Amino acid sequence: MTADQDWLCGAARAVETDPETIRTVFPVAGRRVGRAPLEPATDQHGLVHGTTDDAARARLIDAMSGAVDPDRLTDLLIWLYRNGGAAERRGVLRGLSALAERRPHRLTGLVVPAGVALCEDALRSNDPRLVAAAVGPFAGQYLGAHGWRHAVLKCLFLGVPTAVIARLPQRADAELARMVDGYVAERRAAGRAVPDDARALTSRQLI
Amino acid sequence: MRIFDPHIHMTSRTTDDYERMYAAGVRALVEPAFWLGQPRTGVESFLDYFDALVGWEQFRAAQFGIRHHCTLALNPKEANDPRCRPVLTELPRYLDSDGVVAIGEIGYDSMTTAEDEVFAEQLQLAVEYDLPALVHSPHRDKLAGTRRSLDVVRESGIDPGRVVIDHLNEVTVRVVADAGAWMGFSIYPDTKMDPDRMVAILKEFGTDRILVNSAADWGRSDPLTTLRTGEAMLAAGFSTAEVEQVLWSNPVTFYGEQRLILDPLPGFEAGAAGTFEGNSVLRGGVPS
Ligand SMILES: [Zn+2]
Repeated sequence: MTADQDWLCGAARAVETDPETIRTVFPVAGRRVGRAPLEPATDQHGLVHGTTDDAARARLIDAMSGAVDPDRLTDLLIWLYRNGGAAERRGVLRGLSALAERRPHRLTGLVVPAGVALCEDALRSNDPRLVAAAVGPFAGQYLGAHGWRHAVLKCLFLGVPTAVIARLPQRADAELARMVDGYVAERRAAGRAVPDDARALTSRQLI
Repeated sequence: MRIFDPHIHMTSRTTDDYERMYAAGVRALVEPAFWLGQPRTGVESFLDYFDALVGWEQFRAAQFGIRHHCTLALNPKEANDPRCRPVLTELPRYLDSDGVVAIGEIGYDSMTTAEDEVFAEQLQLAVEYDLPALVHSPHRDKLAGTRRSLDVVRESGIDPGRVVIDHLNEVTVRVVADAGAWMGFSIYPDTKMDPDRMVAILKEFGTDRILVNSAADWGRSDPLTTLRTGEAMLAAGFSTAEVEQVLWSNPVTFYGEQRLILDPLPGFEAGAAGTFEGNSVLRGGVPS
C-alpha cells in the first residue's frame, strides 16, 4: 500500500469513528493523494472519470455516510460544499454520485433535496469540472426533468463531453431533442461547427 | 466615430481597456449589473456591488473621459438562490440614483419558476420607476426563452419600446423585431455575434431599434467590438450617419436623455488628476 493510500485509509477510519473529522481531512485530500485524472489516456482533464482527489473525497463521504443519520449527513454535505473551493465542491458531488450508485439506501430524508440543490448550484457555474461532477449518477437519478435537460445543454455549451452525463440514453426525450435542435440551428446560422455530441442528441437521431 | 457602448461590464476590465476605448471613440457606456462568475450567497455582496456601480466604477471611467451609467437588478441566474432573493426589497432605493438608467439584466437563465417571479417583479419596478428594461436572452433554449421573455414583457404592461432583448442572433432577432422591442446584439470575438454577421442583420432589419454592444466581461471578450462593427458597416456601404445612429443615437434614445449624463467630462484631458475616497487609479498613481 502506498503512502497516499495509507493516508486515505486512515482518514476514512477516522471519519467513521468521528464524522466531524471530515471537516479537516476533506480539504487536504488533494495534497495527500494528488490531483491527477484517473484515466489520463482517454480523459485528460478528469471530466468523465474524475481525479484521484475526487475519488478520495468520494470515499471520505462514503465513510461519513455510514456513521451519521440523514439529518447530519445533509448538514455535513452542505457544510463541505459551501465552505469548499471548486475541488471540494466537486468532491461532494462525486460523493453523492458514489452513494447513488453503491449505497442508495443512505440517500433518505433531506439528503436527496439537499443534494439536488447542490447540483443545481454547481450547474449554475461555468466551471466545466464542476458541471461534469454535477451530472453524474446522483443527478441522473434525482435531478428534475427540466433542470436535467438544461444540464445537458450546459455540457454542450461548455464542451463537456456528454459521456459524463449519467442515464443520458434513458432520459433523453423529445423535449431535449427540440432544445438541441435549437442549439444546432443557432450554430449553423452562425457558421460554426456542430459538435458530434450535439448531433447525436438532435431529433433526427430519435427517429 | 463616437461610440456609446450600451452593455459592457467594466468592473471586470482594466484601465488599459478604458484607455483603448477612449482612443477608439467611446465616450459613454452602460454597465448592467450581472453575475460575477462566482455565485454570490447573500444580499450584502449585491449591495456592495451596486454601490461600486454607482460610485467607484463611475469615477474610474471618468478618469479616462468616459461617462459611466449602470442598470441594476437581481440577475436571473442568481435569482435561483433563495439567499439572494431579498435583493429585490433593497433594489428600489437605488433606482433614483444618478447614473442608474434602467432595470437589468433581467430575463431568463434556465427558465425556472423563481426566474419567472423575479423577472415579472422587476418589470413592475421598471414601470413604477419609469425606467427602461434590459432583458438578457438565455444561452440555452434561446428561441423559446426569447419568446417567453416577450410574453412576460407583454403581460407586465411595460411599453415594449422601452425594453431591449439582448444577445440576439440570426435565429432570435425576428420575434423581437415583430414584438416592437429593441434588438440588442453582443459582438464577441468567437461566440454570440461577430461584426460581419451583425452587418448582415443590419442590412436585413435596418438601423432602427438596434443596439450593438461589446458585452465585454470577465470572459473572452473585446471592448472594441463596437468600433469593429462600425468599421464593418462603413466597409459594407453604410453611411457615417447610419453608423452614428447605431453606435450613438440609438443607445441615447433607448436609455433616455433625461437620465443620461452625456456632456464631455469637465476639464477632461489625458492625465487629469483625481481620486475617489483616497484611491488614485491614474497611471503612475500610488494607491493609498
Ligand atoms: Zn451582460
